[in-house]
Amino acid sequence: MATKSAIKKTAIKFSENGHSNNGVEAKRLEVLKTYKIYIGGQFPRTESGRFYIATNSKNANLANVCLSSRKDFREAVVAARGAFGGWSARAAFNRGQILYRIAEMLEGRKAQFIDELIKQDSTASDAEKEVNLAIDRLIYYSGWCDKFQQLFSSVNPVASSHFNFSAPEPTGVVSVIAPQDTSLLGLVSVIAPIIAGGNTCVVLASASKPLCSVTFAEVLATSDLSGGVVNILTGKIAELAPYFSDHMDVNAIVFCEADKDLKKLIQEKATQNIKRVFQYDKTNWETDEGQSPYFIMDLQEIKTTWHPIENIGGAKAGY
Amino acid sequence: MATSKNNTIKLKFDSARKLAPAPESKSAAKINPKYDLFINGKFEKPSSKKYFDTINPATEEKLAEVADANEADVNKAVQAARNAYEKTWRKISAKDRAKYIYRIARMMQERAREFAVIETLDGGKPIKESRDFDVPAAANHFFYYAGWADKLEYAFPNRRTQPLGVAGQIIPWNFPLLMAAWKIAPALATGNTVVLKPAETTPLTALKLAEIIQEADLPPGVVNIITGAGATGAAIVNHPDINKIAFTGSTDVGKIIQRSIAGTNKKATLELGGKAANIIFDDAPLDQAVEGIINAIFFNQGHVCCAGSRLYVQESVMKQVIQKLKDRIETLIIGDPLDKNTDIGAINSKAQLDTINKYIKIGIQEGADMFESSCALPRKGFFCKPTIFTNVAQSSRIAQEEIFGPVLAIQSFRTDDEVIEKANNTPFGLSAGVWTDKGSKIFNLTTKMRAGVVWANTFNKFDPTSPFGGYKESGYGREGGLHGLGGYLNLIN
Repeated sequence: MATKSAIKKTAIKFSENGHSNNGVEAKRLEVLKTYKIYIGGQFPRTESGRFYIATNSKNANLANVCLSSRKDFREAVVAARGAFGGWSARAAFNRGQILYRIAEMLEGRKAQFIDELIKQDSTASDAEKEVNLAIDRLIYYSGWCDKFQQLFSSVNPVASSHFNFSAPEPTGVVSVIAPQDTSLLGLVSVIAPIIAGGNTCVVLASASKPLCSVTFAEVLATSDLSGGVVNILTGKIAELAPYFSDHMDVNAIVFCEADKDLKKLIQEKATQNIKRVFQYDKTNWETDEGQSPYFIMDLQEIKTTWHPIENIGGAKAGY
Repeated sequence: MATSKNNTIKLKFDSARKLAPAPESKSAAKINPKYDLFINGKFEKPSSKKYFDTINPATEEKLAEVADANEADVNKAVQAARNAYEKTWRKISAKDRAKYIYRIARMMQERAREFAVIETLDGGKPIKESRDFDVPAAANHFFYYAGWADKLEYAFPNRRTQPLGVAGQIIPWNFPLLMAAWKIAPALATGNTVVLKPAETTPLTALKLAEIIQEADLPPGVVNIITGAGATGAAIVNHPDINKIAFTGSTDVGKIIQRSIAGTNKKATLELGGKAANIIFDDAPLDQAVEGIINAIFFNQGHVCCAGSRLYVQESVMKQVIQKLKDRIETLIIGDPLDKNTDIGAINSKAQLDTINKYIKIGIQEGADMFESSCALPRKGFFCKPTIFTNVAQSSRIAQEEIFGPVLAIQSFRTDDEVIEKANNTPFGLSAGVWTDKGSKIFNLTTKMRAGVVWANTFNKFDPTSPFGGYKESGYGREGGLHGLGGYLNLIN
């Protein structure tokens, strides 16, 4: 129980949301949160039963966090694949509303995220800035849900008597290794364009700053987002990256590390089923550079459709 | 016309007409006995000092000797391309870049007949296809992309574009000149320079293209064309000074390439294998659909990555469609590729013929029913009868693996949902076909096919303006159209 008492101390020490004990009245025993993973809309513990202790720079123990296993990942992929048909077939407008709803839910729980960010070494002002940015980023991508298709589609003037057009469609199931240096903003910045485009995903959260990822999963779970569209695991990159890269039912992988060996490993393993690989290691998520429809387009396929045009009469559209 | 047992009208073929031979003259084609490597604007002898033969697959006669580029030659070509990129091509105005590419397009059109004859001699495809499709489509591709060169800022909203540098391009033997055009034209329009390797069985039209590029007075080194087999390709892929790999070929080789460039900053476009579903609903105009099936699988001897090699026919019209298909297959003319009446020419190589025959055996062993044309095949050369299999299981290898020949695997289905499930149940996702008279059904099917190109009530149509490329293990990136520019550019804020 050393961990839980440590958590309690830090929670009291850093809590700024007003309802924790201020020492005047009789101490209320705080209910501590269990940080679990998010698969198929459920919050299971890792099947492996393993955990690691998340700490901050003052070496305070923040939580026992699930050390997810290969099997957790595989179950998450099953959930993501199962959700893909429904999510990709939803009206783009409806996807936009759901992303907006996620932003609303995040706004409502702002204080909790700020609290968690402060626990994980942010200053109060940085924490607030990060949460605000995350909310705004979701609103930004909410708006793109039913617009990027128009921007990146084309009607192609083929020389034969055919109607021909090209439009983006989601790539499928995406595995994601989220930015490791932020707890919330990086996570939101990589997930939002993936789901805005109709993909589903399995995300490995920041290992060193995992708290917000689990709380963000709770936001997702209350946002009309179908279970399985986003699955969030906590754990170690070194252990899980090979599986994130070589799973045969994953269509693409996004990672944000600059590490050369990791890049090589991911790209090599991704070849097994010609996964699309994207490395966002130079992106500054705190600026506008961290958001654009081109992030959506990275995880889209262009489909071209042909149909003949009847060409038998002499009549022309002359008026 | 006669009425058959099941009351369908069928053409009567027992009064078989024989067409007199109508061969295209070879005189239009000037083939040198020996070809060197096209590096830095000149034809240079290979440092390997080795040459290999390229033959006519229809006669097994040698056409020419072609240089075998080794690593040193590849290095020379890449250096030439790098030098041209840094010193000329990235610096000249976009308008001039366009004009050079327009020149290439025009000169190809001028020499279209020569190209068509050589393409047919070297690759075995019917002259009517090389003359009416491959060569004009290749020239049109250059003409189309030429116009993009000075309009790139309109293609990607809110971004500036920047060329990647040197592109290494490796192309297959099924559409040798057209694939060269698909690769070179967008690369040049976007300001990149090129090292291109044609397939070892079909190098001649690419080398002819090199002559045109020389005549067009392109700055030396902007396009380098080097010949060789797999080892030459590997040397291109692994060369450290290449910025971009564009490959069209098998999924197996595509995977090797993706693996080879892992951990590097090389970008890639991969156009890989396919196993397209061609779906015939009972309300389809069946005679047109049968023409579509024939075109889907027998175009270019079935050496087409997007060939409709899996046929799904709705159960209620299965018998009728199979009968019409068999009747139609009996009318196909197989033989001399240079003959203007030939529908199906020679298989590209002995090795490919062996592969196709291996799959035909597998189909028989797996218990499927085979039907092949009763036509006679020429004594010499590599030929294969158009072949269809019925009673094929979804799990059968002839329904799962790419054969790349005139072999069709046929299955039946009852409902829309069933056929969508079956059609998508493959690691490939290059193309698909749907035949029905009902508009809403077309769009239900075309949106649900997990494939990059979907033809509704048509098949195997291509155009320079039309993006082409696959989902899943059929590769990534697009060639053709506006979307084909993206693979050769960095987008900058």
